[in-house]
Amino acid sequence: MTNEEIKTYITAHTPEATFDETGEWLTILVESNHLKPLAAVLRGQPMQLDFLFCLTCVDYKTHLTMVYHLTASSNRNINIVLKANVNNADPIIETVSDLWRTAEFLEREVFEMFGVDFLHHPDLRRLILEEDFNGFPLRKDFEDPINMIKL
Amino acid sequence: MELNENIAGNPPFPGIIHETPGGGIVVSTFDNVINWARSNSLWPLSFATSCCGIEMMSTASAKYDFSRFGFEVARASPRQADVIIIAGTIVNKMAPVLKRLYDQMADPKYVIAMGACAISGGPFFYNTYSVVKGADHIIPVDVYIPGCPPRPEALLHSLIALQEKIKMGMTRDQIRSEFKQ
Repeated sequence: MTNEEIKTYITAHTPEATFDETGEWLTILVESNHLKPLAAVLRGQPMQLDFLFCLTCVDYKTHLTMVYHLTASSNRNINIVLKANVNNADPIIETVSDLWRTAEFLEREVFEMFGVDFLHHPDLRRLILEEDFNGFPLRKDFEDPINMIKL
Repeated sequence: MELNENIAGNPPFPGIIHETPGGGIVVSTFDNVINWARSNSLWPLSFATSCCGIEMMSTASAKYDFSRFGFEVARASPRQADVIIIAGTIVNKMAPVLKRLYDQMADPKYVIAMGACAISGGPFFYNTYSVVKGADHIIPVDVYIPGCPPRPEALLHSLIALQEKIKMGMTRDQIRSEFKQ
């Protein structure tokens, strides 16, 4: 599938999706409530993007952006970046761990580092940080006056 | 004998030879002999938390081979180890584990802080929420060895420095008070 075909296919399913082709890979930006249905479509026939090779979050200060990098194990020429904005005061998004099992740990990491709440995640608890850690260390507004010098 | 005494880092067996007809008797003290024996049989704990560990493995393997100086075998259990080489960054979550390992080691026990991370938190990671700014915040350190990571020669140097420190036969507090004067 070419980028144009992918765009037509996705627009037919999610008309609100916007596209960005300035980067190396086709980027799809959707609303956070549209992300899960679109992810299920990409996971299934005919695209079969069965390999979530990166799941992370970016703090843009005004909002957080969830970023999902997808490819297909049967066709590694297709790479798609899926993005969804969530607000940073109360970030909630549906989990994709039932579509890609690898998301289970990656979402746990985003949960502790950015404080994003993943709905219907089977085991949403801390992965790396200590149990008594306060705050979300990868957020831009994170401050730790004991351990960190402000630059 | 005179030549041996001049080689730094390789002092002869402690004691003096009391000449007698048909041979000689070595006169020494128990403390000196025990320290000499201890210093030549230091078993390190196989403990490494980051890239310094790769240099430590190189030092342990055939090319550098720290067994030549008495650091025979790296032990996987703290109960069998005499020296712990802190090779790498210590994070807050690792700190209680390191403390427990140190507590589980039998006396006498020694600590070498290898590399910038173990000395002060490191050249890259010090300004974070997670890194301990020097392993000596957790356990007492005998020998500091700078570098990022230190070369195997530098680690060997620190191991020999530790041996000399043990052969001096003083406790950590005695050494500290001696250098204050």
